[in-house]
Amino acid sequence: MGIRFDAVTVAYDGNVVLDALDLTVAPGEVMALLGPSGSGKTTALRAVAGFVRPASGRVFLGDRDVTDLPPHRRGIGMVVQQYALFPHMRVEDNVAFGLKARKVPRAEIRTRVAEALEMTGMGAYARRHPRELSGGQQQRVAIARALAIRPDVLLLDEPLSALDAQLRSGMLAELARLHRELPDVSILYVTHDQVEALTLADRIAVMDKAKLRACGTPRELYRAPTDEFTASFVGGANLLPVTVGATGVRLGEAELKADTAGAAVGARATLCVRPHLVGLGEGPNRLTGTLSEIQWRGATHRLYVEVDGHRVMADLRELRDPPGLGDEVTLHFAPDDAVLLPAGVGHD
Amino acid sequence: MTEAVREVRAVRGRPGAPGGSRRPSTAPRPSATRLLWALPPVALLALVFLYPLALVVQQSFQPDTGGTSVQPYADVFASEAFREALWTTVWLALGSTAGCLVLGFALALVIAFVPFPGARAVSRFIDVFLSFPSFLITLALLFIYGTVGMANGLWTDVTGAAEGPFQFLTTPWGVLLAEITYFTPFVMRPLLAAFSQLDTAQLEAASSLGARAPRIIRQVVLPEALPALAAGGSLVLVLCLNEFGIVLFTGAKGVTTLPMLVYGKAILESDYPGACVVAVVNVLISVGLYGLYRVVSRRAGA
Repeated sequence: MGIRFDAVTVAYDGNVVLDALDLTVAPGEVMALLGPSGSGKTTALRAVAGFVRPASGRVFLGDRDVTDLPPHRRGIGMVVQQYALFPHMRVEDNVAFGLKARKVPRAEIRTRVAEALEMTGMGAYARRHPRELSGGQQQRVAIARALAIRPDVLLLDEPLSALDAQLRSGMLAELARLHRELPDVSILYVTHDQVEALTLADRIAVMDKAKLRACGTPRELYRAPTDEFTASFVGGANLLPVTVGATGVRLGEAELKADTAGAAVGARATLCVRPHLVGLGEGPNRLTGTLSEIQWRGATHRLYVEVDGHRVMADLRELRDPPGLGDEVTLHFAPDDAVLLPAGVGHD
Repeated sequence: MTEAVREVRAVRGRPGAPGGSRRPSTAPRPSATRLLWALPPVALLALVFLYPLALVVQQSFQPDTGGTSVQPYADVFASEAFREALWTTVWLALGSTAGCLVLGFALALVIAFVPFPGARAVSRFIDVFLSFPSFLITLALLFIYGTVGMANGLWTDVTGAAEGPFQFLTTPWGVLLAEITYFTPFVMRPLLAAFSQLDTAQLEAASSLGARAPRIIRQVVLPEALPALAAGGSLVLVLCLNEFGIVLFTGAKGVTTLPMLVYGKAILESDYPGACVVAVVNVLISVGLYGLYRVVSRRAGA
């Protein structure tokens, strides 16, 4: 069962926190809502769950308009950042809670609880209380509890944010496996972490300031972002203010080759280049500047080079003989690796 | 003074013996100076509190006929009035406590979870309410439901009858109503504190799993509120057992509780040994229940 937002607007005291969201999540699809805090992504998820009422617009689950249904009649599984397990109930009773509320026959509850706990690898912990479990284990129980009611739609609100980095990558793989085992469940995954979105999502909806900025597959958004916000939020980017010429663009005095199809000659635009696609030394599309900062990150070096007053980032494989601060450095990038975007904040 | 303070600091600051052979709580032998400092508060306490209490206990073993005996106890326990007062005290206290728990839980639920304008103001008012004297509530009830109160006045004005229908205030039910009204905030206070600790995400999770409000209250909210209910309830029980002002002010002549009995025997009948016996019984019940309250509230972390 899919999810559809039809011009959903949410406002608190006249303050619009979600602005006319149109978005469709296909059945069985994993859609990540990616954005900084305050971008409206959690509000969108809560509108699906039924905890916020849209000021206008409709929310559909499949063909059913659920905008006016209370949360307990929507049949949605939900997992939140802080787990929200019931502390006085054992793990098995937490998982059984939704089944009892739905008046599932007692004999069936037992097998479905076992099944859900098995699926999340928590079968051995059924008799424990939540306080006896680690954060990662508690989140597994929360996922088992949401899956036990066999929802068609699963809402995940920053489910990994409370876990440390190592656990997080393990849980990411776990979530991906769960989705392969339950291919019919549509998942709406709210996160501010681009790695989680890129790893897990079939499509990503990028949100900022209550609005949907872009929506596409991770590859599309990464390779060919359509606006500056998406370019910088998904994967990090050099955003250079340029003027469109006949065969390429001009950055200050430098002539750069790039695909300018669709842009008028003389127009101002933003050139987006991913830092890891920038190389050191001579090549096509040279940029020369002064090294202002260098960071060693183990496998890579991150260089910050001031070119004509613009800071250009380059991620290079670890350098044997890195340049020193203040040195003149020449960078280059392939014309195909640059994407021309409409002019935005980069032009001030 | 400074010397004593220095000494106390020295004792507190002493590092534990290596190997942990000595428990840190093992205090060294108190010196003479420190004993001297302990003397004034202990003496004051003994003079103004323990001595009169001891006198009460002593008096309870001294019948008017002279000598020391348990005769006053035998007399009091044998009297119908005492047994009736004991029963009235206990059932009124238990009834009031039960009423406060039910009403307090319901009101606290509304204040904590139903967003309405002024919820904060109501919550503040409950704090203020706790500082009111108990007879004030009884007075308010008298103004409304008393023999010549507003409700009866309205009734006699409208119907022309000689008497209004509200005469319950001078019965045990009037005392029960007044006690429930006055003591309910004592239950609500710890409950509201407990509810503010409750993670709303838990309520939302329960709701999205398909549970309606009654199930959420029963299975999610109530278990979390149990320690607060137990602590508030036992506090109210102790306070109700000793309540004097409310019973006196309702003017309920048939309602004699243990404190009223003490008052009656001591002031009206000049039966001091008898009054002391009742007082000792009342103190024992209160201390016992207070001990229970401490155990419960410690478990609740209050």
